[in-house]
Amino acid sequence: MPSFHPQEELLLSYATGSLREPLALLVATHLALCPSCRREVERLEAVGGTLIDELEPVAIDDRTLADLLARLQDPAVDRPAVPRARSEAVEQRLPRPLRDYLADGLDGLPWKSMGAIKRAELLKGFPGFKTHMMRIKAGTAMPWHTHEGQELTLVLDGGFTDGERHYVAGDVATADPTVSHRPVADPGEDCLCLAVTDAPLRLTGPLGRHLNRFIRI
Amino acid sequence: MADVAERRDRSSFARLFEHFAPRIKAYLIRLGTHPAAAEDLAQDVMLTVWRRAEQFDRSKASPSTWIFTIARNRRIDVLRRERRPEIDPDDPALVREPDPPVDEEVDAAKRHRRLREAVTTLPREQADLLRVAFFEDQSHSKIAERFGLPLGTVKSRLRLALAKLRPALEELE
Repeated sequence: MPSFHPQEELLLSYATGSLREPLALLVATHLALCPSCRREVERLEAVGGTLIDELEPVAIDDRTLADLLARLQDPAVDRPAVPRARSEAVEQRLPRPLRDYLADGLDGLPWKSMGAIKRAELLKGFPGFKTHMMRIKAGTAMPWHTHEGQELTLVLDGGFTDGERHYVAGDVATADPTVSHRPVADPGEDCLCLAVTDAPLRLTGPLGRHLNRFIRI
Repeated sequence: MADVAERRDRSSFARLFEHFAPRIKAYLIRLGTHPAAAEDLAQDVMLTVWRRAEQFDRSKASPSTWIFTIARNRRIDVLRRERRPEIDPDDPALVREPDPPVDEEVDAAKRHRRLREAVTTLPREQADLLRVAFFEDQSHSKIAERFGLPLGTVKSRLRLALAKLRPALEELE
């Protein structure tokens, strides 16, 4: 069971539907790995159900129901399509919904190397968000960095230590602009993560300041 | 709802429609949808309810909660043109509860009533904020801006509201 969870307000925004897709993907993937947050989201959705039930109804045209009842006879609408199963080993261990975003598997992603760290961008086209799959070589430290916005990192495989905290599969690490940190991947196995920032990160070490010009991540 | 799922009963479905479709339409209009588009989408949501009725798990949610989640997700798909990432309950990679709660007969209607009562006991400013959180597609910082409140106040009011509902929510287990 994960020990580090997304903040309550993120679960609420996921339940209300106001969370944008990059963060919703991270939250939903955590939910697949975390029964207790899953229960919490079910509770929050129950609040939504109650609120929708007490809304003042807005009249619906009679023809809308008649039209819908006629469509129910169409056998084509009766069964939802069953998603086809995939068989690759690593991908199979990754939960949905993340797996659905990796149509060509992990190897099919546009990985870019920065030393011992590989990153591949997912979900382009959400201004203000950066979504990456990250693979950090076992035992490697990330460069020191801070963020202009918030960074959420969900561990999928392996683990890392950041200060006093040790994160493993299912855990969500939350870093805000006040921290400059230097996560270190566990020795023994590579660490695979999904990271979402709502503003670009900035490297803060002497070498990092130099690299900022190049990464534009 | 059970008649719709088990017997594909069309007159039960029509009753479900008459209760929920006008509320789904109201929900979508609150979220800024044009009334004509809200009507089409409400119809679409009810079609999904029909198609997926057998997936409805009444030990988990009341019909209104389940229908709320369908309406929320369809709106994101169709109007915001984004995918809605959701878990798949049948995914082998899903981490399950270590001690799944014993299946017991639950009175969904009673649970639902308790929660409704709890919502009416909320102080007005908390209830209003909760509605805005559910019915307006805005981040908490945008909500704060609009109400002229500090972000911290918005967050703490929402937290307080949810804390007050918690006893009723936990009886949902």
